[in-house]
Amino acid sequence: MKTTRSGVSEKANACESRRYAVAKSHRERVGLVLVAVALMALPFVLASAGTAWVRITNFAVLFVLLSLGLNIVVGFAGLLDLGYIAFYAVGAYVYALLASPHFGLHLPFWIILPIGAAVACLAGIVLGAPTLRLRGDYLAIVTLGFGEIVRIFMNNLSSPVNLTNGPKGINRIDPFQIGPLKFSASDTFGSLIFSGPIKYYYFLLLVLLAVIVINRRLQDSRIGRAWVAIREDEIAAKAGGINTRNIKLLAFAMGASFGGIAGGMFAAIQGFVSPESFILNESIMVLAMVVLGGMGNIWGVIAGAALLSFVPELLRYTVEPAQRALFGKLLVDPEVLRMLVFGLALVLTMRFRPAGLWPETRHRRELNEGRV
Amino acid sequence: MNLQVHYGGIAAVKDISFAVEQNEIVCLIGANGAGKTSTLKALARMIPSNGEIRYGEQRIDAIPSYKLIGRGLALVPEGRGIFARLTVAENLAMGAYHRTDKAGIALDFERVYGLLPRLKERADQVAGTLSGGEQQMLAIGRALMGRPRLLLLDEPSMGLAPLMVEKVFEVIRAIAMEGMTILLVEQNARLALEVCSRGYVMESGTITLADSSTALLADSRVRTAYLGE
Repeated sequence: MKTTRSGVSEKANACESRRYAVAKSHRERVGLVLVAVALMALPFVLASAGTAWVRITNFAVLFVLLSLGLNIVVGFAGLLDLGYIAFYAVGAYVYALLASPHFGLHLPFWIILPIGAAVACLAGIVLGAPTLRLRGDYLAIVTLGFGEIVRIFMNNLSSPVNLTNGPKGINRIDPFQIGPLKFSASDTFGSLIFSGPIKYYYFLLLVLLAVIVINRRLQDSRIGRAWVAIREDEIAAKAGGINTRNIKLLAFAMGASFGGIAGGMFAAIQGFVSPESFILNESIMVLAMVVLGGMGNIWGVIAGAALLSFVPELLRYTVEPAQRALFGKLLVDPEVLRMLVFGLALVLTMRFRPAGLWPETRHRRELNEGRV
Repeated sequence: MNLQVHYGGIAAVKDISFAVEQNEIVCLIGANGAGKTSTLKALARMIPSNGEIRYGEQRIDAIPSYKLIGRGLALVPEGRGIFARLTVAENLAMGAYHRTDKAGIALDFERVYGLLPRLKERADQVAGTLSGGEQQMLAIGRALMGRPRLLLLDEPSMGLAPLMVEKVFEVIRAIAMEGMTILLVEQNARLALEVCSRGYVMESGTITLADSSTALLADSRVRTAYLGE
């Protein structure tokens, strides 16, 4: 009697949970569609406020891509990389060299972007191989040095052979072009005006989607589990049959490839690259996005990157008019305020949400250990 | 097997030679810094060493460490080395990382849970929140998930309360009863010799004594130096 009753209630439970799962997935799907529609409509809404905002959004998406790439290295595999912007630089310079009057080469972007990713991937392995035995602070120092070395190379490789054009950078980089569709000019379809930045926006969105899918797949894969194991305990990971050397190199290589792709798009969108776009501050900024958003959690990282990209711009556009309206003159430069707000945001996050705004379950677990 | 281990020019293990036969449970005892853990780490290829290590018919001294579990050699590292942020079940699953036989893995889950029922109760608990003894059990369970034929146990009693030490050793005894070959490194000489059939005594990087456990337990040098009598 007892067994049948428990059997029935178990079945009812299973039914209930399935219904719940269906309802949940249904809700999720509706939410996803809404987000997709909003993202599709976004550039036109922004364009009404000025094309500058579309450009700002594009750069924000680039930083989201960078953060997702760095998240593989720092969030998934637990390897602290302070020179990540170097891969962005590599991707950008590969694009600039292969599609500008500098060498007279004008390859199409769908050839250059994979080349840029491959070269950045190689750079990732070059950085990863000698640092395999390093962890934590020591690894951070080496990667920091690597980032600076790459930047200084770009700065100085103008003689004896003029490879990078030194601090002057490379100008007049080709925009994307698909057949007759030029990303530099505006096209009109009916009443909709597709300006250059709007076209780039849609392209970036596509790349972002692909990167998110790859990231999610990676996280749930054998490789993802191996990264977690290495992050937790390397000896135990090795004893458990994980080829820690290759898996670590893979993290560096994959993170670097994403950085390289983002860099290539950056070069095309900006039309100009120079070493000063790839300073240490940028590496730290990307790392801050990952940490602020929530290391290891893809959605958290995206949120962190979007937040840290948009808030400074919002400040730039609101602080100055607000001051002029209030005091009749400019008292605090928005640029100064930017760093202040940025620092404050980081301090507050670390105080109240130490695992990030939207942390990965496992990172939250670690920080909550004392409280459980 | 003979073995030398150097740490940056300092010889930690000096040309030792010993053997573990199949289905045997052998211990390596000695004081802090005698070279026990270095020996075990070298066996598991976690640190470089010179000399010859044989496992079955094959030499394994040139094989990378991560391949050993696939050959049936599992290390339970010193200090347990559990994945603190993963759940107990996830930790166990990592032990079977190199395996692809899903049915066999499911079977081994049951086997490990049967041997260590405490782990089953806590399957969904985060491993970092387990007690030290439970973590040691988990580390042993994880190693068993690789279905090894030789288990290398490094200081399983380290940092545990006496009651917990007893329980861990009960588990080791139970695993040995199933026919597992075990090499146990232990500071707690009495406990180790009580579960083992043979023992080696290490002192500053060399093996000074080798005998059956009963003989070692009766040996006056062992009694004064390691059993505190």
